[in-house]
Amino acid sequence: MLRKGIALAALGLAMLSAPAALAAGAAAPVKHVEYSFEGPFGKFDQAQLQRGYKVYREVCSACHSMTLMSFRNLGQKDGPFYDPKYPNPNDNPYVKSIAKDYQIKDIDSETGDVIERPGTSADRFPSPFPNEPAARASNGGALPPDLSVMAKARHHGPQYIYSLLTGYKEPPAGLKVGVGQHYNPYMAGDVTAAWSGPHDKVPPGGFIAMAPPLAAGQVTFDDGTKSTLEQEAKDVAAFLTWASEPKMQERKSFGFAAMIYLLIFAGLLYASYRKIWKNVAH
Amino acid sequence: MSGHSNYEPKTGIERWLDTRLPIVRLAYDSIIDFPTPKNLNYWWTFGGILAVCLGIQLVTGIVLAMHYVPHVDHAFASVERIMRDVNYGWLIRYMHANGASMFFIAVYIHMFRGLYYGSYKAPREVLWILGCVIYLLMMATAFMGYVLPWGQMSFHGAVVITNLFGALPIVGEAITTWLWGGFAVDNPTLNRFFSLHYLLPFMIAGVVGLHIWALHVPGNNNPTGVNVKSKEDTVPFHPYYTVKDGFAIVVFLILFASFVFYNPNALGHADNYIPANPLVTPAHIVPEWYFLPFYAILRAVPDKLGGVLLMFGAIAVMFVLPWLDTSKVRSMRYRPTAKLYFFIFLLACLILGYCGGQLPDDHVIPHLSTFTLIDADLNSFVWLSRFAALYYFAYFLVILPILGLTETPLPQPESISAPVLSHPANAPAGAAASPEKRG
Ligand code: HEC
Ligand code: HEM
Repeated sequence: MLRKGIALAALGLAMLSAPAALAAGAAAPVKHVEYSFEGPFGKFDQAQLQRGYKVYREVCSACHSMTLMSFRNLGQKDGPFYDPKYPNPNDNPYVKSIAKDYQIKDIDSETGDVIERPGTSADRFPSPFPNEPAARASNGGALPPDLSVMAKARHHGPQYIYSLLTGYKEPPAGLKVGVGQHYNPYMAGDVTAAWSGPHDKVPPGGFIAMAPPLAAGQVTFDDGTKSTLEQEAKDVAAFLTWASEPKMQERKSFGFAAMIYLLIFAGLLYASYRKIWKNVAH
Repeated sequence: MSGHSNYEPKTGIERWLDTRLPIVRLAYDSIIDFPTPKNLNYWWTFGGILAVCLGIQLVTGIVLAMHYVPHVDHAFASVERIMRDVNYGWLIRYMHANGASMFFIAVYIHMFRGLYYGSYKAPREVLWILGCVIYLLMMATAFMGYVLPWGQMSFHGAVVITNLFGALPIVGEAITTWLWGGFAVDNPTLNRFFSLHYLLPFMIAGVVGLHIWALHVPGNNNPTGVNVKSKEDTVPFHPYYTVKDGFAIVVFLILFASFVFYNPNALGHADNYIPANPLVTPAHIVPEWYFLPFYAILRAVPDKLGGVLLMFGAIAVMFVLPWLDTSKVRSMRYRPTAKLYFFIFLLACLILGYCGGQLPDDHVIPHLSTFTLIDADLNSFVWLSRFAALYYFAYFLVILPILGLTETPLPQPESISAPVLSHPANAPAGAAASPEKRG
């Protein structure tokens, strides 16, 4: 009975984890990229996070906000600029100097005037546009989404971001791409309406209003890493994953201790159970 | 809670309290001394597991509520802030979000256990009905909880579900307006859902109290379904079942922890990490996995009102089950035909759950078009849902009523102690006890 039950439970779980169906004009399956933070013991690669932050800062931040992020986050444990010498990330000199490079809008507490002052580690990442209409106006009507939790907001987030950034392609003959739009096989959507080719050969993916943001050599990495398109995309996706889930490493290491504890506890309880029930026929 | 009590107050203060509020006696009689059939298997540990799930949801929920902001402009960011800036907030939030799923895994196993072993039959009808009430309250609680983080699925799920009430004739529109607190899902909706999401779990706790009370009057059913006949058949709850339940709870927590620590978003939907936007409808609105079977039944009916009624009917039918099953034999161990139908029923529920996550018109067997029946190809998820839903209702309304009158059950043991020798698994053939009367 128990064995049957376990088999059924396994079946149920298998069905649970079956991926949700994809919409009709499905996007291409994401590219396979390996990351250091995968798996139960995976850790962020700090050098990669630093490179990724640089890509965000020099390229993506021109259009994309990250409203949930503060400069201090960059210096917190497992973050790109964490330094064990500064357990309080607000004191981290590197983080302070990054923040200082930004001018933050504020209210002068004496006069009430709107002023600009240099950023501090407690400030949030400033947004590139003052409001949504301004963001749309600069992007042909499309809104660049906030990237704070982007890696959690798409299936296979890190792989998806990488695939999207490296996946721009010449549209196949027969596909009409609108003004300000770009074809990307990894973008969600359905291009059927713009397709004049054979019915059963509709290209995968959709149209995206973001022009290819990255190109080889666009960002110079301070650690000498060669800045190919793939490297930039991989690193910025890693940075966005960290930003989406900054406590991932803490979660996994806490989980490891919790698992050991639970396994030992289960073993003890099972032994007690066998002992207590020894003389009961059941 | 009923019948004879063996509690003897040992200290002066216990004696003093016992003549004023016999609460220690109540606890002693219900969880220490309570005579429990000695043959309960691991399917019986899910009651304890469910109590732990409720406790976890209450504790984590109360802490979340200290930091959560029930406002459309702040809810999404406040949940993220809990995970980033509150100490161990990620743990509390992931426990709460995955805890809801774990709660439903446990409750489904608990319910199928009851269906298989006939635990809903006399004298346990009220116990069963209270269980159905808990299940309804759980669904309402989980639905409203899922709205709180105010992501895309939260918002559009709330729109879809509240609109269902609009299908009711005459009162429908008034009910939806009343639920929304306005003319659309908006801030007032979020506010009242938060209030109710905080309230309902305490109502669940209250009904759980009644459920346990109703359990302790007739006592536990058991895998043979045969009544307890003598003291030989039982063991005191403590330490026998405290240790067995304890072991099962910890094993369950290992499963729970594997989600919380290593795959915390696997049971959720990525779209719920996109802040709610009423103007952008997700390509594919799906409810949480535990609602999928009902979602499939809803969509199986071409008519909206019909779908809503059938969906609620799927739950309503469980309330009257004790009077639909005509067999006097409780456990399906002794009902081979019923057992077969039961496993098909289980399969039908899993199929419904699977269909609920698919697009209705997609093919079940890829690239195979058969012929169109009424409104869809026969090889489509909507038709598969229809067959499975038909079986779901037939199981309750046709199979169980008729089967009890026509089947020939296997001989049941005289008592619980007897099958320790005669259970097919550990006895030579022929050791079975006296044959059982029909029905
Ligand atoms: C010139 C402005 C601009 C820059 C620079 C830019 N983006 Fe975008 N991005 C957009 C716009 C506009 C959209 C919305 C596209 C749409 O909805 O069609 C977008 C959408 C996205 C999306 C969401 C795609 C989806 O699945 O919906 C991601 C992820 C993204 N950008 C990542 C990046 C990254 C990473 C960078 C930096 C390497 C970057 N973007 C640089 C304008 C920009
Ligand atoms: C029967 C028990 C309960 C169930 C089944 C349940 C279910 C849920 C679900 C499914 C969510 C959404 C999770 C997500 O995706 O973020 C949620 C969120 C929430 N719940 Fe509960 N809950 C229960 C009890 C409670 C209690 C007792 C409280 C507080 C007193 C509470 C407070 C909250 C809060 C504040 C949120 C929003 C934060 C968040 O989304 O994580 N819950 N609940």
